[in-house]
Order: sequence, then structure tokens, then C-alpha cells
Amino acid sequence: MWEIFSEHLPSLLIGQYPNGPLGGLALTLILSVLGLGLAFPLSIALALCRTSPYAVFRIPSTVIVYMVRGIPLVMLVFWSYFLVPGLIGGTVSAFTTLVVTLVVYQAAYMSEIVRAGIEALPRGQAEAARSLGLGYGRTMKEIILPQALYNMLPSLISQFISTVKETSIGYVISVHELTYSASQVNSALLTRPLEVFATLSLIYFVVCYSLTQCAQIVDKRINRRRTGAAVSTEGNSHDPVLQGQ
Amino acid sequence: MLTAASWVLAVVLGVTLATVRVAGNPVAERCVAGWVAYQQNVPMLAHLFLWYFGIPTMLPDSVQSWINTNNGELIFASIAIGLCMSAYFCEDVRSGLRAVPHGQHEAARSLGLSFLKSMRFVILPQAIRTALPPFINHTVILFKNTSLAMALGAAEMTYVVREMENQTFKTFEAYSLATVFYLVVSLGLMGLGAVIARNLQTPTR
Repeated sequence: MWEIFSEHLPSLLIGQYPNGPLGGLALTLILSVLGLGLAFPLSIALALCRTSPYAVFRIPSTVIVYMVRGIPLVMLVFWSYFLVPGLIGGTVSAFTTLVVTLVVYQAAYMSEIVRAGIEALPRGQAEAARSLGLGYGRTMKEIILPQALYNMLPSLISQFISTVKETSIGYVISVHELTYSASQVNSALLTRPLEVFATLSLIYFVVCYSLTQCAQIVDKRINRRRTGAAVSTEGNSHDPVLQGQ
Repeated sequence: MLTAASWVLAVVLGVTLATVRVAGNPVAERCVAGWVAYQQNVPMLAHLFLWYFGIPTMLPDSVQSWINTNNGELIFASIAIGLCMSAYFCEDVRSGLRAVPHGQHEAARSLGLSFLKSMRFVILPQAIRTALPPFINHTVILFKNTSLAMALGAAEMTYVVREMENQTFKTFEAYSLATVFYLVVSLGLMGLGAVIARNLQTPTR
């Protein structure tokens, strides 16, 4: 049994990389990094709109966030699968489609995290900055966001974990990420679905579990710094994985 | 249907697991923690694959044929989703349990209630009240995740769709309808959650 896996493990990890397109776990990670990285600035913009005092910004951004949160990711993937080629007017690779979808989806979820981070700061911070003569832009850029983002770091890592898990949706539109590679290995072997998909789960588990641990360490460190190192971090209420996918 | 079945499984299992986790047996605690970590760190789609394709090969032939004739996809999908979400519900309930002061438990025990009874009548009602917002959130997520069950059928669908791209009118309509349906139910659940949370709020002294 194990010979089969030592044979197929490379295809699960990097696809047919040296001789063909990159795939497997490597592509999964690239997708997650791209998705989250591109969604990040967008989510800050959305969060700023949602906390804005002007209804012109607040209402549309709230509608967008609730819309995206109310639709399953699979549906969103289908929509961008049909809409993006129409909008651009050419064919778009499945990879791009998935990245676009992930960016939209994650931007909505992350904007909620960012908003929570901004709202968790005492109002006095913004008021003090404004009374020092800083404009709205500089208040946000130099006072509010640095503090909010630092506090949000653990949530951002767990968001990365859920992005890693969400890339498995790429299977639906045949992006060659980890799940798709596994199903290909499965159809090559035909008789051993249990072993193949157990390996698939194991790989995901190893990746995501180490990230979860990472988030917990960061969380503890931030808690310690915030409470001045004296208080123990026993009552660590941060939920490392916020969503299931 | 799928949502209801997997929700019941998830909630029952989640509450049970959370109770086991606080019951104080270190071995059981470790097992539950491992289970939760496994379920949370593997994507739902991988769970679904394992249950659709993997598990049936282990079952004896008679059971397999029975499942195949009795809508096996639905059964396995609800098991996979239910088990996966049970981990999330377990964490929700556990955080609720931690919010209940320890004195409540001691008081219940000193009144002569057994561990299970004090859980059932004293601790869990309070815990679930605090755990309600994340609970509702995860119910919405569970509902959205049921759409993944169609991913297996959908994989072939994209090939079909590519062939009939000139008929996009129809697919657009179908997808619009499904999307609106998901959107309405999810938003409805979120709204319902907000209402329940407001009604259940204990007055603060």
C-alpha cells in the first residue's frame, strides 16, 4: 500500500511540475496566498466604508458584505465562472476564476474582522488623533489601522486556514489543486478510494493544524503584550478556526 | 432535508462532545480535542469525498446495496457534514460552558443533582444561551455547506455547461434561482438569530 503512496505523493504535492503544470498542494498554497493577499486591501477598504459615517459608503458596502456572506462559495464560483469571461470578453482560466472568487469571498469575511478590530479600539483613540489635527486618512493610516491590524493577526491567520480549505472548491471547476489531484490519483488507481482520500485529509490536516498552532502562539503572544506580561493567558477565548468549509 | 439531518446530527454530537470535554476525564478530553482538530482542519469537500467514495468500500456488500437503493448520497452527505460541523458546535458549546461560573456547577451538585442532571437542567441551558450567536453563525455555515454536496454532481456539470455555452440563458436562470434561495434562507437565519439572541438575553444587573 505504501509503495503506491510514495509513487503518488509527488503528484499530490506539486502536480506534474517539472514536466507539466504546477498542481497539488503547491498550487493550493499559491491560491490561498494570492486570494488572501489580494483580498486584504479590498477588505480594509470595505471595512472603512462600513465604519464610515456617510451612508453613501456604508449602505452599499454593508449590502455587499451581507450578500457575499449569504451565498455559498460554490455558488459564487459558478457566478464568476460565467460572469468573469462575459465581463472581460475573453476566455479566462479556471485558476483566475478561482482567485477572483476567493478574493471576493475573503474580502467580505475579512472586512468583518477588520471592522471588529477597528470597533474594538477605544473611541478615544480616534478622537485624540483628530484633536491633534490629523485628518481622517492619517488618523486611520497612522493610529487606528496599525493597532487594529496587530490585534487582528490571529484572526487573519485563521482566515488563511479557511482559505486553504476553501481552495478545495477549485475541484468543481477543475483547478489542479490538492483535492483535484487526489481525485485524479483516485481515478488512476480506481480500487482504493479510502486510502487516497484518507491521505488527502491527512495532508490538509498537517498543513492546517500547524497553521492553527501558529495562530495560537501568535494569539498568546499578543495577549501577553496587551496585558503587560503579568497575567497568564489561561482564559484564551480566541477561536482559532472560525468557519467550516 | 440535508440541512435538517446534518444539523440534528451536528448539534446532538456537538453538545455531547462538549459535555464529555468538561467532564474531566483526561483521556476522553484528549480524544475529543483530537476529533475537533481533525474535523476543523480538513476541508468539508475532503470529508465528503472520504464518506462518498472511501467509507462505502469498507462496508459489507449487503449494506452497500441497501445504501445504494436508499439514496446513499444523501445519507453520506449528511453524515459527513454533520460530523464536520459537530466539531464547530462542540467548540461553541464549550466556550459557552466556560462562561458559566463554576459555582453554578458546585451549587447544582450540592443540591443533590447528578453530573448529568446538573448539566441538563442547570449548566447547559445557561451555556447555550451565551453560545447562541456563534451557534447561529455555524448553522448558516452548515446550510451553505450543504451546497457542497452537489459539488460531486457539479463536477460533471461544468463539462456539460462548456458544451452548451450558447444556451447560457437557462443555466443563468437556474443559478440565479439557487443563489437567491440560498441568500434568502441565510439572511433569514441570520435575522432569526439576532431576534432569538435579543429575546434570550439575560438582564444584566
